[in-house]
Amino acid sequence: MPLAKTFSFIKDKFPESVYDVTESSGEQIFHIRSEVVRDVLEIFKEKGFNFLADITAIDNLTLGGFERYAVVYHLLSHDSLERVTVKAYVAEDKPSIPSVEKLWKTADWQEREIYDLFGITFDGHPNMVRIMNPDDFTGHPLRKDYPRLGNKERDDYPVIKPAFKRK
Amino acid sequence: MKITEKPLETERMVLNFGPHHPSTHGTLRIIMELDGETVVKATPEIGYLHSGFEKLGEDLDFNQYITITDRMNYLSPLCNNVAYALVAEKLMDIEVTKRTRYIRVLLSELSRIADHILNIGMLAVDLGALTSFLYGFRLREDIYDLFEMATGTRLTTSYTLVGGLMRDLPEGYGKEVNRVLVETDKIVNDIETLLNKNRIWQDRTKEIGVISKEDAISYGLSGPMARASGIDWDLRVKEPYSSYEDFDFDVVIALNGDVFDRYLVRTEEIRQSMKICRQALEKMPSGDVIIDPGLGYSLPPKDEVYNSIEGLIYHFEVTMPNRGMMPPVGEAYVPTESPNGELGFYLVSDGTRTPYRVRTRPPSLMNYSIFSKLIEGHMLSDAPAIIGSINVIAGELDR
Amino acid sequence: MDQDYIKSNVLTTTLESAINWGRKHSLWPMPFGTACCGIEFMAVLASRTDLARFGAEAIRFSPRQSDLLIVAGRISIKMMPVLIRIYEQMPEPKWVISMGACASSGGVFDTYSVIQGIDRFIPVDVYVPGCPPRPEGVVDGLMKLQKKVGKEKLSDYTTSNTS
Repeated sequence: MPLAKTFSFIKDKFPESVYDVTESSGEQIFHIRSEVVRDVLEIFKEKGFNFLADITAIDNLTLGGFERYAVVYHLLSHDSLERVTVKAYVAEDKPSIPSVEKLWKTADWQEREIYDLFGITFDGHPNMVRIMNPDDFTGHPLRKDYPRLGNKERDDYPVIKPAFKRK
Repeated sequence: MKITEKPLETERMVLNFGPHHPSTHGTLRIIMELDGETVVKATPEIGYLHSGFEKLGEDLDFNQYITITDRMNYLSPLCNNVAYALVAEKLMDIEVTKRTRYIRVLLSELSRIADHILNIGMLAVDLGALTSFLYGFRLREDIYDLFEMATGTRLTTSYTLVGGLMRDLPEGYGKEVNRVLVETDKIVNDIETLLNKNRIWQDRTKEIGVISKEDAISYGLSGPMARASGIDWDLRVKEPYSSYEDFDFDVVIALNGDVFDRYLVRTEEIRQSMKICRQALEKMPSGDVIIDPGLGYSLPPKDEVYNSIEGLIYHFEVTMPNRGMMPPVGEAYVPTESPNGELGFYLVSDGTRTPYRVRTRPPSLMNYSIFSKLIEGHMLSDAPAIIGSINVIAGELDR
Repeated sequence: MDQDYIKSNVLTTTLESAINWGRKHSLWPMPFGTACCGIEFMAVLASRTDLARFGAEAIRFSPRQSDLLIVAGRISIKMMPVLIRIYEQMPEPKWVISMGACASSGGVFDTYSVIQGIDRFIPVDVYVPGCPPRPEGVVDGLMKLQKKVGKEKLSDYTTSNTS
């Protein structure tokens, strides 16, 4: 089983950067500091986790965690059919994390999505601009302190009147 | 001076393709830099259908969100329903009945047929062949009728519940499915006869948009896109969910990774799905389609709710705020094989009746991200072929 | 001229009803399909519910060639400027069908990025309810619009208030 071996290998290499290893619904979750995320994922990639299935983020405002934001990486090994979740914690005052775009191209758009929706910047990303919302959008909607109905963005358009009188 | 001595020089032109363009199937926008008719650089811009699915999910409870998942991939809504029900069940550690699982497989495979047939039809329309679209849509209407029999609606099905299904299949459903499957076989054969050896079709699709194996993995491609590039990866076989291990079918793989191969993979997958449907009907077990309501995770049958006071009280117990379905604190990720690829839901729960975070792993987003690489160096007229073969669903792409 | 010739060859009508008759039986729709309703709109055009029976099968994807805008699907805040521009590009006379709950009212998507009904910003003539509406519903909406077009007054078009 490469998973257990990889865990201990990473723990030995970055002893102070690994917070914890937990399990939820039968899946291993690896909690780390955000600074080492690129090195850790590179090790995972070398050990056979060749497929980055998904990147997402969580705002831990009321959930609780090691820091305010967590960037979540779902890795998959096509050979050993194992999955692992890596959670990298990002501080609230300076939300930034190294980009893994060089390791997997799929990270490009997903990191832009996280930047757009959570406001976490990715260092080393070639094109860190909004992807889902318009460029003049303010705020980051998936943060827990952003209201679901928004800040009146959806009402801010000119009203077009019919050019001719209609009954 | 002869004209031929110096090749023609043109200034580069920037062309705005979309967001409202007939071949973008909705709302994609691509800014293309052209040298003559050759695309030098393409920058896709997405987000024109961003509707805040994930924010909405944080305010709806687990059964309510199933209705929202219909609107995500609207070509095969049942696959989304099943995927979301699976992740909620994994989070709450619920084991559903065997009949539930078989019905889910049957309907997922029917949606796969409907999805692939529309995709092939639209791809053909974009390249100028209207007939196969009309053939395909006739079949799709038949499959809509099957969905309507089972779920009550054509498109937005909302058929699954956490812990089971909304209701059982109606009487005589197997006979109807078999009739449609016979029709499917005919229509797929017709479309193949029209297209496979068609000279224009081959010229427009062969060696267009070739994806290598390494690129497919690096860009996170899955489903027919990855399998057309020679990657033997099908979640139904590799990580079976919902009793897929009981069924005997082949994983379809092609080697060239071009538009033509993606089309071939999809047509062959339709045949494999038909095989699974027939097996599911044959082996369909009897029993309930919802888990015991006593566990506190599922709604009681409607019959009891309307006709007995206990049922009504129990219904309120489950649906009232701060009561009923309370999952444990934790998180779960379930990948499923949707017609487009790995459709995963990631749920984080803080122990209340609404999830803390709902994330969808949209296969369209990953599949579409390779587009700018594929189109480079091709002609402008190849763009619709490549977009069509990727099968981008804007609802899933932008969420 | 003899009476028989006039009876079989001359029709008297008003200019208004002749023009409206022509307009209502040859609506050229431009489908602005964004989401699920766009798929149902395809079903409206396909073999079973053939829209050609109502003279509206000439689908044009250019706003300059069409006089009926069918907005099918949810409109996000990023898409709204595009929709406004397309509406303004269409030549008069023009009509708008708002197909489905999302275009009419935002539907289930009460979120920060979905416009809560396109009629807040552009005029709408016919609303088709449903999420998504059945093809029969869309055909019904089109027939309602035809009735409306048939009742229009030419005098309405002379008073311009484009300011």
